[in-house]
Amino acid sequence: MELNQFTAHELLAKLKNKEVSAEKILLSLQERIHKTEPKVKAYARVGEVENSAANPSALSLLKGLPITIKDNICTAGLTTECCSKILRGFRPPYDATVISKLKENGATIFALKANMDEFAFGSSCENSYFGPTHNPWDLECVPGGSSGGSAAAVASDEAIWALGSDTGGSIRQPASFCGVVGLKPTYGRVSRFGLIAFASSLDQIGPITKDVQDAAILSGIICGHDPRDSTSVNQEVPDYTKSLTGDIKGLKIGIPKEYFVAGLDTEVKSIIEEAIDKLKTLGAFTDPVSLPHTEYAVPVYYIIATAEASSNLARFDGVQYGYRVASDNLIQMYKMTRAQGFGPEAKRRILLGTFALSHGYYDAYYLRALKVRTLIKQDFDKVFQDFDCIVAPTSPTPAFKIGERAQDPLKMYLSDIYTISVNLAGIPAISIPCGFTKKGLPVGLQIMAKPFNEEMLFRVAHTFEQNTDWHKIKPKL
Amino acid sequence: MKYQTVIGLEVHVQLNTKTKAFCGCSTDFGKAPNSNVCPVCLGFPGSLPVYNREALNSAIKLALAFNCQIQEHTKFDRKNYFYPDLPKNYQISQYDLPLSRNGYLDIFTNDTPKRIGITRVHLEEDAGKLIHEAQASLVDFNRTGIPLLEIVSEPDLNSPQEAFDYLTSLKSIIEYLDVSDCDMEKGSLRCDANISLRIQGAKELGVKTELKNMNSFKGVKDALTFEVQRQTKLLETQEVMLQETRLWDVEQGITVSMRTKEGAKDYRYFPDPDLTVFIIDQAMIAGIKTQLPELPQEKMQRFIKEYGLTEADAKILVSTKNDADFAEQCIREYPGKDKKEMANWIIGPLLSEANLRKVKLHELKLDKKELISLIGFVQRQDISHLSAKNVLSQMIDNGKTAQALIKEGNLQQISNTEELAAVIETVIRENVKSVDDFKAGKTNALMYLVGQVMKKSAGKANPKVVGEIIRRRLS
Repeated sequence: MELNQFTAHELLAKLKNKEVSAEKILLSLQERIHKTEPKVKAYARVGEVENSAANPSALSLLKGLPITIKDNICTAGLTTECCSKILRGFRPPYDATVISKLKENGATIFALKANMDEFAFGSSCENSYFGPTHNPWDLECVPGGSSGGSAAAVASDEAIWALGSDTGGSIRQPASFCGVVGLKPTYGRVSRFGLIAFASSLDQIGPITKDVQDAAILSGIICGHDPRDSTSVNQEVPDYTKSLTGDIKGLKIGIPKEYFVAGLDTEVKSIIEEAIDKLKTLGAFTDPVSLPHTEYAVPVYYIIATAEASSNLARFDGVQYGYRVASDNLIQMYKMTRAQGFGPEAKRRILLGTFALSHGYYDAYYLRALKVRTLIKQDFDKVFQDFDCIVAPTSPTPAFKIGERAQDPLKMYLSDIYTISVNLAGIPAISIPCGFTKKGLPVGLQIMAKPFNEEMLFRVAHTFEQNTDWHKIKPKL
Repeated sequence: MKYQTVIGLEVHVQLNTKTKAFCGCSTDFGKAPNSNVCPVCLGFPGSLPVYNREALNSAIKLALAFNCQIQEHTKFDRKNYFYPDLPKNYQISQYDLPLSRNGYLDIFTNDTPKRIGITRVHLEEDAGKLIHEAQASLVDFNRTGIPLLEIVSEPDLNSPQEAFDYLTSLKSIIEYLDVSDCDMEKGSLRCDANISLRIQGAKELGVKTELKNMNSFKGVKDALTFEVQRQTKLLETQEVMLQETRLWDVEQGITVSMRTKEGAKDYRYFPDPDLTVFIIDQAMIAGIKTQLPELPQEKMQRFIKEYGLTEADAKILVSTKNDADFAEQCIREYPGKDKKEMANWIIGPLLSEANLRKVKLHELKLDKKELISLIGFVQRQDISHLSAKNVLSQMIDNGKTAQALIKEGNLQQISNTEELAAVIETVIRENVKSVDDFKAGKTNALMYLVGQVMKKSAGKANPKVVGEIIRRRLS
């Protein structure tokens, strides 16, 4: 086995025993990238590998272990473009808080940034200015999105582990499509400082890893209060690795009936049902539950998320940084810069959001969406009064073909139907591999818990993982 | 037809906090362009705003001083519009849940009190500054993010003079609170005005004009005065009046149309998701209340009560806090029973010395003890009031003591009747007409005769004694 194929915790053990060095690990990653990247295209830009910002300390936790970062998380001195033309050449002079934390713990920040849908707008990674990423399990399929690059890099062993961001499923859905582990932490659990905002009230950074233990380790590093982010919550971060008990006996798991309706792929459905049976055999109780406002999640999300995005993206105007179309007329400069700098999906969402916030429409759309958001949150609160967690599919289908939904935004938006409610409610959720379709595409199991109960997710996910082999299977590239 | 003028003012005041509203940058004025900046106030991608507690504290202080109701839950909203001085292309401001509402401010116009309603006071961030040069326009972001209070009045002002008095009163209170420099030239206080006319007694408001670009209180008054005339003319000739924004041209003394209402923008306000709702509880309000200083109105009332001053005098003394403190120290240290005596000295000779030197009262280089000593000389009739004023001026100039200056100038008054008798006899002889007038009952004539004696004695004669002698001599 090559070094790049190991999990982070396996490599950390090897580093501790001085069996390997961080340099050797980097080298094996680079060899792998050289070999498979032309097929997978998990990274946004090539040619910056030698520029890795390494800050290893012999005594530190991560001992120089490299990590792959999504292109929307600011890395000081390293190009960060959100895979958009409009941010061309942008090198932030500051690190996102998660990057500072990683560096403090001795991580090497991999200079290549992971590909993504432009500004995290998408579910397929096709909306990148740099072109699509390919699913390592089937190169004709999408890796999911928007953190498709991070998930594909981890799945193809082009990364040891990675950070993504999740606004409506952007970590969990690609994790599901690529057969890896992806966690969306509780809103406020991880600092958003340095995460280039898509929808500020929904965005959260989270880990994409090869197994649950890695996700627990990485969460322990990136979680925590940050005075630079007013929405981050000042609550102690537990040692998540202590949740990896392998015991779920007696836990009460809710199965939301609204997640098993028309639109759910039959093959995915049966794989999920098998996974639920597995949880039962491991000692958990399951019961059907109802999240009655589920059907409103997609429309509510597309109003709130686009409204916030329309304002968040206003700053990309060619004045201070990034792409600019010069003109002797200010308005013309704004218009041309934004017309040429943004891709079609970014423009669509800016228009949608601008409309939703416009005078005369605000009450009917944005305000109403906020109210329904509260109802969606209450659905979860109610269930969590009686249940320890909720289990459901991560996505209604396995990975779809590149180009298949690109022309049909509505169909594309529906691929997040099972992940969006979690963001609206602000709760944590994890996606773990739980089987494969006949065509060999991975399927993800989603576990949701109440706010700040990531420990529950790790406990259930880890127990399932330790009793199955899905996470050990690697794509043939 | 008689028209009523209706004016509402929108005042922006920069708070004098050490750091900006949502980041740690300095708010120092006059620094090299773009030196007080960071990723947050430059609106760089991924940066996030964080409340400045000091700014919120100052804002609440001011709102309380303006008798406003404080909102228990206040939130910040984004006001979206594109402009190069606004790096995020939205301004963090407050929309439907402002920090405070429903306050008032008492003003005096020609000594008539009037209560002006304050619609709201809210906190927002300032924008940057554009500098237009021949080749390009440049942006200085030093000002970007400085905490700004918007104070909106009700349309309760009915004349340009009332608007002027409102601004004076508002500035006085803010200076007392020490939350802003209130310097219109430096831009730390800015004022826009809404003005319309309606037929006297009408209920509905007329078509309003928004006036901008005034850079002094006088400018506000002048622009409003011009606008009253312009609008009156339009109404009288029954011309169509457009709702518009007009700019004050100080050079020409006219207002010029900038845009009409058709150009009004939709700011697409919505709650800023980067900032959480801010809760101002009763304990916080109570805490801030204890930090409130005595405000001009209260101080004025106290001066009247404690020191027996007239309302007019007290009003002059309290207009700025430092001067009021200076005056009060003088009055307190003054040993005489009649405190008005000292107040008269401050409002009279002292204030004119200050005005002459273009400084504030409290900035005069004057030892209070020496001032008291000087007044003592006058009261003991050792020197005349006139001489004393000269001595005061010299004291400020060279810092010498009152006693030394009186001696140097040989200003000791002549109260000795024998010494005065000869001069008085000469004056009586030389002014037969005035003597006759006095005898005929014209008391003014006595004043004239005393004046002549003062003149002949080079101001050293004691006018009271002189008056007595002449009266006795002629009756």
